[in-house]
Amino acid sequence: MIEYILRRGLYALPILLGVNIITFLLFFSINSPDDMARIYLGDRHITQEQVESWKEQRGYNKPLFINFEAEGTETLTDTIFFNKSLSLFWFEFGQSESGRDIGADIQQRMWPSLAIALPTLILGLMVNITFALLMAFFRGRYVDYWGVILCVAIMSISSLFYIIGGQFLFGKMLSLVPISGYSPDGNSLKFLVLPVLIGVFSGIGAGSRWYRTIFLEEMGKEYVRTARSKGLSEARVLFKHVLRNGLIPILTGVVVVLPMLFMGSLLVESFFGIPGLGSYTIEAIQSQDFAIVRAMVFLGAVLYIIGLLLTDISYTLVDPRVRLN
Amino acid sequence: MLHLYITDYFIWGLVLLVALYGVQVYRYAHWRQPWGRVFKRHTAAIAAVVLGMYALIGLSDSVHWSVENEQGQQSEALSLLDYAMTPMRTQVEKSYSAPFSIYGLSREMRIDEQGQTERALPRLDHAGSHLPTAQQRSQDIRRKTLVGLAMGAAIAFLSLSLLALLLARGCPVGTWRRLKAWLLQHTPARSAAVTYVLCLTILTTAYYLGQYYHVWGTDKVGYDVFYIAMKSVRTGLVIGTLTTVVMLPLALALGMMAGYFRGWVDDVVQYIYTTLNAIPGVLLIAAAVLMLNVYMHNHAESFQSLAARADWRLLFICLILGMTSWTSLCRLLRAETLKLRESDYVVAAKTFGVSTPMILFRHLMPNVMHIVLITVVIDFSGLVLAEAVLAYVEIGVDPTMHSWGNMINSARLELARDPIVWWSLTASLIAMFVLVLCANLFADAVRDAFDPRLKDEQGGQNTSGSESSPQSLEAQS
Repeated sequence: MIEYILRRGLYALPILLGVNIITFLLFFSINSPDDMARIYLGDRHITQEQVESWKEQRGYNKPLFINFEAEGTETLTDTIFFNKSLSLFWFEFGQSESGRDIGADIQQRMWPSLAIALPTLILGLMVNITFALLMAFFRGRYVDYWGVILCVAIMSISSLFYIIGGQFLFGKMLSLVPISGYSPDGNSLKFLVLPVLIGVFSGIGAGSRWYRTIFLEEMGKEYVRTARSKGLSEARVLFKHVLRNGLIPILTGVVVVLPMLFMGSLLVESFFGIPGLGSYTIEAIQSQDFAIVRAMVFLGAVLYIIGLLLTDISYTLVDPRVRLN
Repeated sequence: MLHLYITDYFIWGLVLLVALYGVQVYRYAHWRQPWGRVFKRHTAAIAAVVLGMYALIGLSDSVHWSVENEQGQQSEALSLLDYAMTPMRTQVEKSYSAPFSIYGLSREMRIDEQGQTERALPRLDHAGSHLPTAQQRSQDIRRKTLVGLAMGAAIAFLSLSLLALLLARGCPVGTWRRLKAWLLQHTPARSAAVTYVLCLTILTTAYYLGQYYHVWGTDKVGYDVFYIAMKSVRTGLVIGTLTTVVMLPLALALGMMAGYFRGWVDDVVQYIYTTLNAIPGVLLIAAAVLMLNVYMHNHAESFQSLAARADWRLLFICLILGMTSWTSLCRLLRAETLKLRESDYVVAAKTFGVSTPMILFRHLMPNVMHIVLITVVIDFSGLVLAEAVLAYVEIGVDPTMHSWGNMINSARLELARDPIVWWSLTASLIAMFVLVLCANLFADAVRDAFDPRLKDEQGGQNTSGSESSPQSLEAQS
């Protein structure tokens, strides 16, 4: 097991290196650091000295890949690629363009993101599975037919609508919850209710429709026929046999997104003013903070790969037929 | 003078492709059959008609030409839709006004006949300017609505009759029988015909009323919201279709090569798509668009006009969105090719000495096309929704371009105003919802009809693993 994880970790290295190089090329080859300095400083009539000092403050005044002026290993390490891109491998995120420590920011803003994303995921799973079972139980009948259409309708509405509409209805009209905000201590519950509910609701359509197909697929299998021919009631077949087997693909599908929960949700966080990583990313994009975007891209890739690894491991845990090789 | 933007060329190229595909479908029974299954569904027939309406609006907005004015300069390029909607385009008010209102939304100081200043709602410059007194407004609207409805219904029925006449090759009995079938029998054709009549009636009424009033109000700078929502159709359609289509050649080539050659080719292709997949979609788009911003900021002179620049940006966003979504298609194609390369007809072709490119092109490609079709149709709705999200994050289409995302983005604080300004937001959300809902319903039918895995199963259920993919970008955010 440990050997397998280690080997997968090694496989991940070239992928992360690829991600690293892609981001590096995106950020430094299409545009030179001079261009970035100009757009960051915002003014078209800035002097070359200002550009140079901006570059020097942020360490963009070095060569891209090879520094011929330095000696020894410094020819490779004293470059933008090494300092700005490869350093991400040891999670040294460096400073944002506005001079803040990105690593510290990420550590701090991870938790509010998780406080939203985890309840949304768990509650969403329960609701989706319930609806999916309901539709699977009434398959081929009106409940199922209209249920699927309702799911498609829910899927077809932009998530922006749920957020704006939810804030308007529950925050402004009914004044049940604050429209936005967050408090880091214990009484943040009232701030979390609406974002979580909106997140759950906007996911019902796609989620329960998907789970319905999983359950229906299970119901076509031999063991269900056996259970039915034993004389078990349909409800018992559904809850005892189909649900348990259907949970395998559902849970392994969930595992892959678990690490990504840290990244938070862009829209929900920024609309509700929650200081998580999602709103951090949005703020960085909107203020054109290149360093933060680079760091988040890399972090996202790492979390994605961890998710893949967790999925493979969880397969072996729930299904003894699968062996790690 | 005809003045096409870069995306116009792509759109008409796409139309040509679809037309060629249509001819192909018409010629071969094995293509006709699944499409027949698609249109056997009422929801799919209805959705197809609505999608057709959107496509017509989008296409009429993709023929641009510019006129020379007196100074001999080229004016801004206008599209067919712009010309058709001239009153709505040119009748610009000062600021917000409610739907059908003839007054502005905020009070203004003005001097009345006695020379005293008072604060009152200002009359709009254009809406209802034909009315002698303000009291006649509601009566006038009622009358004009009836006229519009009558006109719309008449046009719809006339065009339906004309179609029936053409299909029956002029035979009156056949024409009558077709019309009866379309309107009276419970068939998908009737659902489609009724949808067609409804859509056309509503659009004509709105268009007719739009000459006199702002049917969906005006936005902050006084533009007609209905006109903007119509203009946004093109943007939505371009993002939804071009994105998957521009990346198709790459996905097809890499996916099929990986599946067919296996070995190191497979390894390289898998490496490429795993790497691209590992980057969260929104962030990759954000990074690319940030760099595009920098590039466009520093190379402003290489674009002819603001509109041309916005158009290039639209194309680029399609490319980038495509970059994030082609990987799933590539994986599906690879898996299918892996399976097909062992099939008898490929082995037979090999033994006959057919060259490798020929095998790939003639024998394998037609047999993976259903996957491409399903993916294109399924991805469409997710991409239209993604456009709105991207606009909110400010990495979407150019802010000067009309799009539903930009409408929502600029309108999201309007609900906090007093009185509430709801029309801009609802117009974009409804227009988007109808399009995406129809696209989803249509995509379901297409997938069920084309997915060969479904044929031996009962009840039209699907086992397609790509179920979760279309919403992925939306879900990520």
